[in-house]
Amino acid sequence: MFVEFLYELRQRKVPVGTTESVALARALAAGLHESSLDGFYHVARALLVHSEAHLDDFDVVFASHFRGVAADAKAIADELLDWLKNPIKMRELSQEERDAIEELDLEEVLRRFEERLKEQKERHDGGSHWIGTGGTSPFGSGGVNPSGIQVGPGGGGKGGAMKTADARKYKPYRSDVVLDVRQIEIALRKLRAFAREGATRELDIDGTIDATAKNAGELEIVTRPPRRPNTRVILMMDVGGSMDPYAQLMSQIFSAARRATHWRELRTYYFHNCVYGRVFKTEGFQDAVKIPDLLAECGKHYKLVFVGDAAMAPYELLGSPGWGEEGKVPGLAWLMAMREHFARAVWLNPDGVGAYPHATVDAIAKVFPMFPLTLDGLGQAVGELVRGGRGA
Amino acid sequence: MMEFRRFRGTDRYLTNESLEAAVNCALALERPLLVKGEPGTGKTLLAEAISASLGAELIPWHVKSTTRAQDGLYVYDTVQRLYDSRFGDGDVRDIRHYIKLGPLGQALKADKRVVLLIDEVDKADLEFPNDLLHELDRMRFRITETGDEIAAVLRPVVIITSNNEKELPDAFLRRCVFHFIDFPDPSFMRRIVAVHHPELPGTLVDQTLRAFYEIRANTRLRKRPSTSELIDWIAVLKRAGVAEVKLDKELPFLGALLKKEQDMVALADQLAGGKKFRS
Repeated sequence: MFVEFLYELRQRKVPVGTTESVALARALAAGLHESSLDGFYHVARALLVHSEAHLDDFDVVFASHFRGVAADAKAIADELLDWLKNPIKMRELSQEERDAIEELDLEEVLRRFEERLKEQKERHDGGSHWIGTGGTSPFGSGGVNPSGIQVGPGGGGKGGAMKTADARKYKPYRSDVVLDVRQIEIALRKLRAFAREGATRELDIDGTIDATAKNAGELEIVTRPPRRPNTRVILMMDVGGSMDPYAQLMSQIFSAARRATHWRELRTYYFHNCVYGRVFKTEGFQDAVKIPDLLAECGKHYKLVFVGDAAMAPYELLGSPGWGEEGKVPGLAWLMAMREHFARAVWLNPDGVGAYPHATVDAIAKVFPMFPLTLDGLGQAVGELVRGGRGA
Repeated sequence: MMEFRRFRGTDRYLTNESLEAAVNCALALERPLLVKGEPGTGKTLLAEAISASLGAELIPWHVKSTTRAQDGLYVYDTVQRLYDSRFGDGDVRDIRHYIKLGPLGQALKADKRVVLLIDEVDKADLEFPNDLLHELDRMRFRITETGDEIAAVLRPVVIITSNNEKELPDAFLRRCVFHFIDFPDPSFMRRIVAVHHPELPGTLVDQTLRAFYEIRANTRLRKRPSTSELIDWIAVLKRAGVAEVKLDKELPFLGALLKKEQDMVALADQLAGGKKFRS
């Protein structure tokens, strides 16, 4: 039953593995759960869950698993230890993890565990804390009903484990996207460069030694500016229409980019379908910025990143939308002008690249190096931005 | 049976069952305890409470955005050594004089068990926690300049707090006991207030708590007031001799609870809207 509990947690994407199970076995062996379901709930939660985003999943699984179960402590212990003894049963285990289990002195844990169980049985028989049928059950004592009502004695109406689990008060902390954002952040980390500019605040040891030697041993301190990030990035995001299915992915990219601390500057702009003379500072197409102004403001050392599916009707790319002075120039011309201006530019396409021919996708891919918006594609795009693919 | 002193909170720091379970797990398994929660729920105070209850010295390490893992271990003071060599002060030959242990280094070198607080670990670089994995696991490290190894005699109790500004890496999380400090419910809050302001009359406690939770319920606040702000607010009220608190436009010393201009406006909106609704 207990092992199933662990597997159900895994199924719900709570990352529990051997480390957690071993830690839990040791904690139970040390008697930290104080032989109650409440104690067990708190101990298990502290050891199995590592993020408030998973607390809700834990509560759900716990409630469904231990409801109405008058489980035998010995049975749980045996099961958990059996399982730890035969890790081969667990398919996902790597060699490293198996070795980790081998290192653990299972005999010792088992012995302590059993001692503890015996000890508790004797001490708590007929006591106030440890009851149940026959005295072997750690669950359900002096008012602790496994299906979860109040805990009896001991300090101002604490909620029972079941009650706590059922309350599911951690629901607002769920966020199923967090992991992916970190993966994206890691991919973006490679996009960085450092430069020494500004105030000289760091000791240059080599320079100091050289200068001191030249100065015939008189100490001459040489300082230099600290290394600071020097990457400037412009992120252009296509929103609305055919991009709607990717809204989630786009917001992940956006939050990862925002959180990247290793960039000197990040500018984000939005457009719809294609760029026609202007882009917008907000997702709601407010605060327009004219492309010529943008190009004048940002030097060619800015790295330009487009995110969009590049799929549109041919006239949207090759024709001109017709409003304003800039509207007379077709979208493709604007893209080419931007490509000309910036030394390094890429286009990330959430639709993937080259799966099937598409007129506008192919046309844009001729202007910008295009990569699929996957972790791999992102990595390649970052490589392109760092090294630069253009021959000249 | 493993022997360790159980943590039960202190006179000044109230705990609940799940926090105690987490702390005791960390103590028994000798693993770092990672504490998360809203700002102002007493994450940092927990380390002080644990050190007080264990009677162990507290070594705080306040992490900043520029902090590197190396800083926690030791710093080699090159400039001092160069100066000393120039002016003939100190023993320049012995590099050990110029190695200063950081907080983690001190905690590992201590001959007694100490409590090490790594405060706001998420402030530092993304890779900062990973750089500490080995040292926290093995509780030992080597000073490359001298070849000396610093190893803990008694593993220090490590408390790590995070405000969730950055995600922590999985490998790091796996080694920690985790606890999320919930925002206290009114009855627990009443006990917390009683600890800090024992002589406060019951009616005033009722009124302040009611106003406080009503303000917190406003979903439009950017920064919702937390326990520390409530305690401060009550302290101000006491100083000023305010005898009665009602949640309306003239709520006294609102600045102690709300720190942002927009939040003041949002609250004023809520109060005005509420009145219209009632009439």
